[in-house]
Amino acid sequence: MGKTTFSSALARFSASTGKKTLIVEMDDKGALARSLNTPDLQFAASEVAPNLFAMSMNTEDSLREYIRLFVKNPLVSTFGPLAKILDFVANAAPGVKEILAVGKLCWEVREHNYDIVIVDAEATGHIVAQVDAPSILSNLVQVGVIREQTKWMQEILHDKATTGVVIVATPEEMPVLETMQLLDTLQNTTNVGVSAVVANRVHDDVVQGGDVAVFDSLWQAVQSNTMADEVSDALRAPMQLLNVATQRRRNEIGNLEQLVARSRQGGVMFMSVIDIETHVVDVVTAMTQVLKDELQ
Amino acid sequence: MSSLRNVLENGRLVVVTGSGGVGKTTMSAALGAFAAAQYNRRVLVLTVDPARRLADALGLESFGNAVVEIEASALMRNGVPPAGRMFAAMIDTKASWDELIERCAPNADVRDKVLSNKLYRNLTERFVHSHDYIAMERLFEAQQSPDYDLVIVDTPPSRNALDVLDAPRRMKEFFASRLLKLLTTQAQSRLFSLAAKPFFLVADRILGARFLTDITEFFTLFRTMEEGFVKRANEVEAVLKQHNTTFMVVTTLESAPLHEAEFLIDALRERGYSMNTVVANRVTPQALVSQAKVALSELEASIQDPVFVQAVVKATEGVEPSAEQISRVVSTIARKSAEAVRKGGAEQATLDALHKRSAESRAELCICAISGAEIARASALVALGESVHPA
Repeated sequence: MGKTTFSSALARFSASTGKKTLIVEMDDKGALARSLNTPDLQFAASEVAPNLFAMSMNTEDSLREYIRLFVKNPLVSTFGPLAKILDFVANAAPGVKEILAVGKLCWEVREHNYDIVIVDAEATGHIVAQVDAPSILSNLVQVGVIREQTKWMQEILHDKATTGVVIVATPEEMPVLETMQLLDTLQNTTNVGVSAVVANRVHDDVVQGGDVAVFDSLWQAVQSNTMADEVSDALRAPMQLLNVATQRRRNEIGNLEQLVARSRQGGVMFMSVIDIETHVVDVVTAMTQVLKDELQ
Repeated sequence: MSSLRNVLENGRLVVVTGSGGVGKTTMSAALGAFAAAQYNRRVLVLTVDPARRLADALGLESFGNAVVEIEASALMRNGVPPAGRMFAAMIDTKASWDELIERCAPNADVRDKVLSNKLYRNLTERFVHSHDYIAMERLFEAQQSPDYDLVIVDTPPSRNALDVLDAPRRMKEFFASRLLKLLTTQAQSRLFSLAAKPFFLVADRILGARFLTDITEFFTLFRTMEEGFVKRANEVEAVLKQHNTTFMVVTTLESAPLHEAEFLIDALRERGYSMNTVVANRVTPQALVSQAKVALSELEASIQDPVFVQAVVKATEGVEPSAEQISRVVSTIARKSAEAVRKGGAEQATLDALHKRSAESRAELCICAISGAEIARASALVALGESVHPA
């Protein structure tokens, strides 16, 4: 869908306006480092450009930090690798891994360590579990440390002026459908706000305006063999090849209309980004420019 | 190595994998529809995506957890009725879990307690691995059923497509784990040993004692179903390795899905699964690219030719274009199709590499060309399935 690319562009844009920005990769696949053109990212944030800090989420490190900050248990250092214990806890208690990740994000916000925290989240199917983890856990847990912890996290996540989800989708049927379902879920079952829907990799019209009729009548003439052979032959295959793009564009327009209507109905900002076929770093640069033009 | 057609004609179970957004669900349905139309087989397609348009195309009011049969009239090809029958179902995780508990619970009391347990409800609805496990569970059930000859399963989108296949093993490991034993030992003795166990120290501090008690209660119940779950997990694993089970990897030629496909091809082979087919989806038809390439040089040469221009003017006279419009449209055709030809050429190189990669894993590379058209009816699905051809 171009989630990583878009987050990178958003982060670069935000840093360029002078905001101290943190961008976080959640799935540890290394894609964020590639799109920011930096060496591998660690749990400890590093400054990859002026005002721009980047880190990679790791629940084990997050647990370690959590224990250091909150549990204040001197024994922790004797635990050795926390990974095994973490696996234990996470397997038994739903939402623990999610809350460790989302807790770290909220912590950075709460401590005002940055002006803005941008999260390159995991796939669509996981976002609700993640962003809603504090609520789910506070429902499950009646008392205890974690219940206290979920309180302040929820305050941050549920304040629409502080936290917003940005959904990035390509204008194809399934991604658009998923986006609309995600909007429904977020708006109907969670208290987390949605800031924007971004349609990415939107194609250009093959021909525009009055030229469409010219193109179509020419295509008809090619198909019905009313022109001299050498003229039709020169046009047939190239036009046929473009028909694939035209059809795709037609579907795209239908899908985009649905997405715009649904976004508007939910009071969500809608933005579309034209397809750019080049190296990911250049896409980020181009997209950052788009964001400057659109948002400034 | 057996070909895709052979798999559709004689296979028992086809597991369709690949990264999200490559058209896995449509591909599963298309191959299922084609197999039902072409061969005298009862074909079941199990899908995880609630694709509205796919349901419409199949003439279904809606997809649901229950299996429905697609009307034979929807699968007609050129007036010829289908040789077989097609069935479809969309896996509903929550409903499937409930059914599973009902079957595995040793008695009605345990069943009711589990079904009403807060933790259970959250586990099944919200957390991701539960989808993986249930997909495997449904796959097994369908494969065992005497009602179908061929079962095609579209796997749920995961962080990692292999998570789905690992789900039964993880379930087994969970039942065998020290964790479950710890959790389900008497609360009394646990309290005494608390200080000695870093797990409980951490868990108690983080989760709180009450939550730990809730978890303990749930898993104590859950453990009574161990036998059923472990037996089933073993059976599922055996089915995945059976000789008439085959895996398919679907990908587009974009770099991210391709990367995932290559990973899957290797990983499936390493794990000893029989990976028969790699489908390259949404490929620009290469024959068309070559034709367009030839035509383009002709077109570029004749763009300024008065005879050519005159012919175009005449062909479009119904819409009375200006000279400027005509020249713009023609040069747009030349420019944009040149772009498409260049892209098509790059696709060919990618395809060649994928072909080699597939052959190394003794899998057949098949191609499904991009059409741009919407799948609006089942007949279009049949045609799409039929169009998938070896590279």
